[in-house]
Amino acid sequence: MNSTAALTTPAFNVDALRQDFPILSRAVRGKPLVYLDNAATSQKPTQVIETISRYYSEYNSNIHRGVHSLSEEATSAYEAAREKCQSFINASSDKEIIFVKGTTEAINLVANTYGRANIKAGDEIIVSWMEHHSNIVPWQMLCEQNGAVLKVIPINDAGELIMDEYRKLLSSKTKLVAVGHISNALGSINPIKEIIDLAHQHDAVVVIDGAQATPHTSIDVQSLDCDFYAFSSHKLFGPTGVGVLYGKQALLEAMPPYQGGGDMIKMVTFEKTMYNELPHKFEAGTPNIAGVIGLGAAIDYVSEIGLDAIATYEHELLEYATEAALTIDGLRLIGTARNKASILSFVMDKVHPHDLGTILDHNGIAIRTGHHCAMPVMDRFEIPATARASFAFYNTKHEIDVLIEGIENAKKVFC
Amino acid sequence: MFDLKDLYQEVIVDHNRSPRNFGKMESPDRTLEGFNPLCGDRLTLYLKMEGEQIDDISFDGSGCAISVASASMMTDAMKGKTAKEAEEIFNNFHELVTTDGSNVDSDKLGKLAALAGVREYPTRVKCATLCWHTLHSALEGEQTAISTE
Repeated sequence: MNSTAALTTPAFNVDALRQDFPILSRAVRGKPLVYLDNAATSQKPTQVIETISRYYSEYNSNIHRGVHSLSEEATSAYEAAREKCQSFINASSDKEIIFVKGTTEAINLVANTYGRANIKAGDEIIVSWMEHHSNIVPWQMLCEQNGAVLKVIPINDAGELIMDEYRKLLSSKTKLVAVGHISNALGSINPIKEIIDLAHQHDAVVVIDGAQATPHTSIDVQSLDCDFYAFSSHKLFGPTGVGVLYGKQALLEAMPPYQGGGDMIKMVTFEKTMYNELPHKFEAGTPNIAGVIGLGAAIDYVSEIGLDAIATYEHELLEYATEAALTIDGLRLIGTARNKASILSFVMDKVHPHDLGTILDHNGIAIRTGHHCAMPVMDRFEIPATARASFAFYNTKHEIDVLIEGIENAKKVFC
Repeated sequence: MFDLKDLYQEVIVDHNRSPRNFGKMESPDRTLEGFNPLCGDRLTLYLKMEGEQIDDISFDGSGCAISVASASMMTDAMKGKTAKEAEEIFNNFHELVTTDGSNVDSDKLGKLAALAGVREYPTRVKCATLCWHTLHSALEGEQTAISTE
């Protein structure tokens, strides 16, 4: 992935790419599936499905311990996936890539290790108003345990962070800033480079929740200079149950371990245990081997298409969908940030999101309805829920037409 | 094949558009809030009791068409019923929306039977039953808000 990818990639061939996703050819309630719930989870290409299947049918075994061939093959595939993750986000070392269950576990890991060791009573942690619950609750729990204080960056009516308010929140008390790269409920792309630089001026470390970002934009943790970056495989066309915590090596080395168990130790006696080196120190127990190897295949797949090409295409989809949505009488977009990823969150005058979700499902269209695990966002906009269509690179303008028609049909039921 | 109109029947659309017994009650005997954290549906039930009998009942709150229509129809059906009768109807209603309905005593349900289509959408069952769970708890004397989760 580099900035020339968009130029060197021939015209984005969405029809060909769709062939890689077997699920996209199924029907739902007798209609062709229109899958627009990609922010919840993405679909998986054959390349990923077959990689996982190959692991189980050809070299399934435990890693890092056996001397036999299968274990060597599995270990090498597992560690190769770590290197793929390293280069995917441009980390400086594969020691900085910790495999976890997903973004949620990654954030909990930081809260429970770095947080407990470094954040004390009276210290302040800053999150934003648009965070997913998984980037709020672990910090709240930490605050309850150690007496730290949670501060919240407010957002404006467009769903953008109010950076002046962020600047005012920062002080010598600020020890950690935890912000999402892209909001799952609003689609807003946050200015994380600026957020990180400002936090560093106050010696605070920064945790970026990248769950929504990695499928849509290329990440360079070194140029961002972020301290921690978390993402999930399943939103990136890989399997569920696996994700990555990136952390700067010096921070990870100084942190206490997360869970105790096998693989994270060098030597155990009843008097003392010596912990293993990075990254194994944070990977106790048999990990999700198939998941990690599958994530590696997903990264290969996405990298071959190129994230810049993906971002360009998805931006086109978003503009097309936004324009079409605005022609629908009674529809109000929630989240109109200037810098936005391919997420269209909205409410309607006379149709509740859940009824819309059910009616669209009847047309084979999958969208998400509800609070999107971001209840403070719903409170901010004084709504109980939104309907959310979220696009991936395999979606088409035709599918957006089907969505718009479905919304018009739903209106007819209630108006 | 199941038709969408079986779920959003005219009577349901009508109860959603103009819910009956909607609004806060002056000096109720019992008030209880019900909340569905999955979708944000929230309603408050107000009850006036005459001994064991529901003398008056109303609700307010916000939710999807299924939850509003269900609360509207439930409150209509509950006026004058005893707590025991209410329980019986609730059991029948629950059976109606969660099973194939073969054990349902439809005489007891009346208009409420219009919500049978919900059974085709398991994720929507809680929308239809939120008001009933809230009523059940209110009749049992529960005072803290109830949640479907």
